[in-house]
Amino acid sequence: MSRHNRQIGGWSLAIFVICVASLIPVLWIVFLSLKTPATATDGSFIPHQWTLSNYSAVFDQGIFTDALRNSIGIGLISTVLAVALASSAAYAIARLDFPGKQVILLVALGVAMFPQISLVGPLYNLWRQIGLYDTWPGLIIPYMTFALPLSIYVLSAFFREIPWELEEAAQVDGATPFQAFRKVIVPLATPGIVTTFIIVFIICWNDFVFAISLTSTSNAQTVPAAISSFPGVSQFSVPYGDIAAAAVIVTIPVMLLVLVFQRRIVAGLTAGAVKG
Amino acid sequence: MSAVTAPPSAPSAQPTSRKQHLTERARAERRLAFWLVAPAAIVMVAVTAYPIIDAVILSLQRADLRFPNATKFIGLSNYGHVLTAPVWWQDVFHTVIITVISVSIQFVLGMCLALVMHRVIFARGLVRAIALVPYGIVAVVAAESWQLAWSLQSGWIPKLLGLSGDPLSHTFGTYVAIIVTEVWKNTPFMALLLLAGLALVPDELQEAAKVDGASTWERFTKITLPLMKPAIVVALLFRTLDAFRIFDTIYIFNQGAQGTESISMLNYNTLLDRLNLGLGSAVSVMLFVFVALIALVFIVGFGAGRTGTSEAT
Repeated sequence: MSRHNRQIGGWSLAIFVICVASLIPVLWIVFLSLKTPATATDGSFIPHQWTLSNYSAVFDQGIFTDALRNSIGIGLISTVLAVALASSAAYAIARLDFPGKQVILLVALGVAMFPQISLVGPLYNLWRQIGLYDTWPGLIIPYMTFALPLSIYVLSAFFREIPWELEEAAQVDGATPFQAFRKVIVPLATPGIVTTFIIVFIICWNDFVFAISLTSTSNAQTVPAAISSFPGVSQFSVPYGDIAAAAVIVTIPVMLLVLVFQRRIVAGLTAGAVKG
Repeated sequence: MSAVTAPPSAPSAQPTSRKQHLTERARAERRLAFWLVAPAAIVMVAVTAYPIIDAVILSLQRADLRFPNATKFIGLSNYGHVLTAPVWWQDVFHTVIITVISVSIQFVLGMCLALVMHRVIFARGLVRAIALVPYGIVAVVAAESWQLAWSLQSGWIPKLLGLSGDPLSHTFGTYVAIIVTEVWKNTPFMALLLLAGLALVPDELQEAAKVDGASTWERFTKITLPLMKPAIVVALLFRTLDAFRIFDTIYIFNQGAQGTESISMLNYNTLLDRLNLGLGSAVSVMLFVFVALIALVFIVGFGAGRTGTSEAT
């Protein structure tokens, strides 16, 4: 009995430590975003005076709302393109027999390990020459590319688990090939595709290297780049509250995705990384 | 992958006509596979290979955007410049320090976290969700949060530690803050990769060793760790490569001031601040070579390639 209690105590302690370590920086930025400008620099963890004014201030700034629009648009388009290209490649890798399968997997591995910053100079140069600098396609192209390796690994891991015999079985039972695909394969493949979609969207949403290098105005600047260049009221005051509020807003969608799809993301990431 | 190929018939045992049909089928399958794989392959190769070749060419030129007319081929002299510049070796040193320390701590903490997620007897869903929080945070936001927490003007950490000076005004404090940020942000991902490895260790083996009188520590070092080796190698490879490319956190903290400039930061500063494409591209190419060497060491030395690709087959 006492051994059992000790076990419960030990696990509770471990869980408590994990919660505190994971959540404190998040709580801190949330609390900072709720402090009034006068108390923002008082160094207390919990605000003495609470306010929502930082949030309305952030939404009043064109730099932030434009960046939010860019982040959402660029993120969604890059994700759709990457998942579409990766789905067809992953289907071939999981299902078909062809020479060069190892080559494509090695290329993907190579791209996954690529130091992205190495591309920044040449892309910056090229984009300025062909007019893609500071545009949506200028970010979508690198985002899609660097999302492809993980998408291919995760999707082919998922596709390998699909019982493809069911498709033939449905056809034997009188379904047309298209019906068999739509009614049998699509529902089985959807969870994998949704998971990949979420993982890829998070990667695009998070990017900073390309965003800071290949954009300069609200034309294509995404939220991470905008946060890093937030203007203060004057040159000498850091807009702590604004930065914190913007940081919280940009975190919320990703956090919701992660918590809601937690189980799937874990399965997808581990399948892609270990079995991939 | 071979396990999931076309119908598992035995062609050698079939009559000739059937065999003919199969090769026809195999050829069609190859054509289809080619068309399915081509778009993704072309995008990956074009978007990475073209710029890196361009970087190699630029690195052999004097190419400074401030003096566009002075561009000319100068051979390897940019590399000579970089390799004889103290700042390059200092930045290599900074990058190695941050990589080694942060990945080591991530590995130890990640292993603990993975063990808790694997063995915890209650609230498993809660632990897994909470532990994923740092992974879900935008990297720039994580860096901002820690930077504002450590800063003397706004933060709670100097107050908590009773510091009178600004920890971010000297090198040691800045390194501690940057490494804490990296560890906090990346430990969950490390833990996830290790957790997948833990799941492959059969319980019966643990039980058998327990019956034979092995202690918990002995079971961990003699059974769990060796069986997890493939997962550990992959996790360390991914995390090491990622840590070596560290950019976001340092940019947000101080853009490389206080002696924290990493190779990526140097690369960015040379290219986009000083607009020296030739010199910056030489740095890019060398960073690329460094990363390739690290990957090679892992793949050849520890067999990461085998676990990385062929377990899929």
